[in-house]
Amino acid sequence: MHVVVFTRSTPDTAARVEVDKNGSVTWGDAAAVVNPWDEYALEEAIVQAKNAGGKASVIAIGGEMHTEALKHALAMGLDEAIRIEDPALDSTDSVAYATAAAAAVQKLGDVDLVILGKESIDVATDQHNYQIARKLGWPMLSYVSKILAVDYNAKTIQVERLLEQGREVLTSRLPAVMSVMKDINEPRYPSFIGIRKASKATIPCWSLADLGVSLPAARTRTVRYMNLPAREGQVEMIEGTPEEQAAKLVDRLLEEKVL
Amino acid sequence: MTVFVWIETFKGQANPTSWEALGAGRMVADRLGVPLTALVFGENASAVAAEAGQYGADKVLVADDATLKDYRLEAYAALLTKLVQEYQPKAVLAVGTARGRELLAAAAADTDAGLLTEVTSLEVDGGVLKVVRPVYAGKVLSEAVGSADSTQFIALRGRAFKANTPNAAANPEIITVQPALAEDQLVTKVERFAEEVGKVNLADAAIIVSGGRAMANNPKEAPPGTPNPEVWKAQDGFENTLKPLADVLGAAIGASRAAVDAGYIPYAHQVGQTGKTVAPDLYIACGISGAIQHQAGMRTSKVIVAINKDPEAPIFKLAHYGLVGDLYKIVPALTAELKKRLGK
Repeated sequence: MHVVVFTRSTPDTAARVEVDKNGSVTWGDAAAVVNPWDEYALEEAIVQAKNAGGKASVIAIGGEMHTEALKHALAMGLDEAIRIEDPALDSTDSVAYATAAAAAVQKLGDVDLVILGKESIDVATDQHNYQIARKLGWPMLSYVSKILAVDYNAKTIQVERLLEQGREVLTSRLPAVMSVMKDINEPRYPSFIGIRKASKATIPCWSLADLGVSLPAARTRTVRYMNLPAREGQVEMIEGTPEEQAAKLVDRLLEEKVL
Repeated sequence: MTVFVWIETFKGQANPTSWEALGAGRMVADRLGVPLTALVFGENASAVAAEAGQYGADKVLVADDATLKDYRLEAYAALLTKLVQEYQPKAVLAVGTARGRELLAAAAADTDAGLLTEVTSLEVDGGVLKVVRPVYAGKVLSEAVGSADSTQFIALRGRAFKANTPNAAANPEIITVQPALAEDQLVTKVERFAEEVGKVNLADAAIIVSGGRAMANNPKEAPPGTPNPEVWKAQDGFENTLKPLADVLGAAIGASRAAVDAGYIPYAHQVGQTGKTVAPDLYIACGISGAIQHQAGMRTSKVIVAINKDPEAPIFKLAHYGLVGDLYKIVPALTAELKKRLGK
C-alpha cells in the first residue's frame, strides 16, 4: 500500500501580504509554513499508511521555498519527500501542475491513494486537485470529512463528503484521488526526533525529463497583482443601552436596504 | 460558437446562484456576439431548462438520464468534456460551488484548457476573458486573462454577479443530449445524502449571523453535573440566542474557528481561512475578535456589523457598524427590535 500527498509552502497565515512597488507579492520576513489545509492531508496519509502497513510519500512542485513544507511533512512522519522543479514548469498553471503531478504518481508506481488538502491558500484554488485525478484517469473523492471504510486489498473505499446542502456517502474503487476537509482528523505536531531527522534528510529533486512528460501550453496568465482597495469610511460606533443600540442599528440597516 | 453556463441542480431544483452565472454568461455572450447555451443535467431537467430560458439562455442542452440523477463528478465531467469537444464553446461558466469548481476543473483538464476560479469581476477584451480574483487568503487581488486559443473556463464566486430579471415569455431552443458514460463504466456510487435540514446554506445566504469565542460568556448556568459547562453555555447560546436572531432575519449561522475548535458548533459553520468564504449583504459578527484568518472568509460582505465587548477588537477595523457590549444583552434586544420593525 502506497499513499502520496502533495503539499506546498505558503506565507504564514498571520503574515501581512501585499504588492510591492515592483508589482511582486511580498510578505516581508514572515515565515513560509506548510499550506494550512495540507496538514490534514499529511496526517491522513500517515494514518492510512500506518493502518495498512504501507508507505507514505510527499511531493511538492515548485522552487526551493517548498522544501520547508516537505521538511515539515517528514518531521510529522511521512516516509519520503520529493520536490519537482523545472524551468519549463510554472506551478501556478494548474493543468501543467496536474500533468506533472500525475506523471510523478505514475513514476512512483503502485500508488493506491493520493491525498490533498482542500485548497492552496496562496493561489486560492483547488482546481489542481481535481485535475490530477483527471490526468491519472482515477476517481476524485473531494471534500472528504470522514473515511467510513477502506479495503486496500479489495481496492474499495467509502467516504463521507461535506457539501453545501449536507453530507454525502460515496463509494468508489481504488486507486483514487481524495481531498480532505478540516474535520477529518487532528494533525499531529512534529516530534523533536522527527524534526532532527527531517533537518538531515536530503530531498531528491526531479525534472520534467525525470518524469518523462511534456506539458500542455499555459492557457491562463496573471497580468498583475493589486493591493485591496482601501476601505471607504470609518466604522460607525453605535452607543447607548442595548435597546438603544438595537434600535439605532435597525435604523441604519433599513437605510442600507440589507434587511 | 457559443458560451456555456452549467446550471447546478439539487433534487431537481436549480441552485439560485446558477442564475448569477447565467447573468454573467449573458454579458460574455453578448460581448463575443455568440448565443448563450445553458447546460442542465439530471432529473427534472426539462423544468429547469425552461427556467434557464427565462433567465437569459438562448439554447439549453438537456441530459436527463438515470446515470445523472445524483451529481457524480465522473458522469458529469465526461458529459461536459464531450459537449465542449463537440461545440467548442468560447467560454464555460459556472458558480464555484463545491460541485461547480470540481466539474469545471475536470473538463478543463480533459481538454487542456485554462480555468480561472473564485472570480469576483469579469470582462471581455478582444475575445479574451479578463478577471479579477482574490488570492493569498483574500489579502491581494490578482488580475488574470484566459486565452482565445482554447475554451476559457471560469468559476465565479457566489453572490459576486447579478442574475437577470426572468422573462416569462422566453422560448429557448431545447436540445436533448445523451450521457457520455453508461452505468457500468462508472466506478463511484452515491449511497445516501443526509441533508442538513432547517439550516440556511452559508454559501447562498443573503444574511449571516456568526458567533465566536465569546459565545461561552452565556449568563445561563449549565445544569449541575454537565462535564464541560463552557461548551454547554456556548452551544445553548448558539441555539437560544443567535438562532432566534437568524430566524427573524432568514439568516444562516456562521462561526469563527475558535468557536468550532472549542466544540461549540460543527465545522460546517466555520467562516474563514480553513472554513467557508462568504459574501452576504449583511454579516453580523457576535463575540468574534476578527483574526485575520476570519477576515479572509468574510471581508467582502457588503455590510458588516460587529458586536463585541472589547472596543480594541480587530473586527471593529473592518466593520461598518460597531456595537461595544455584551452580545448576550445586545443580540436579544436586536431580535426583539427586528421582530417589532419587520412585523414578525
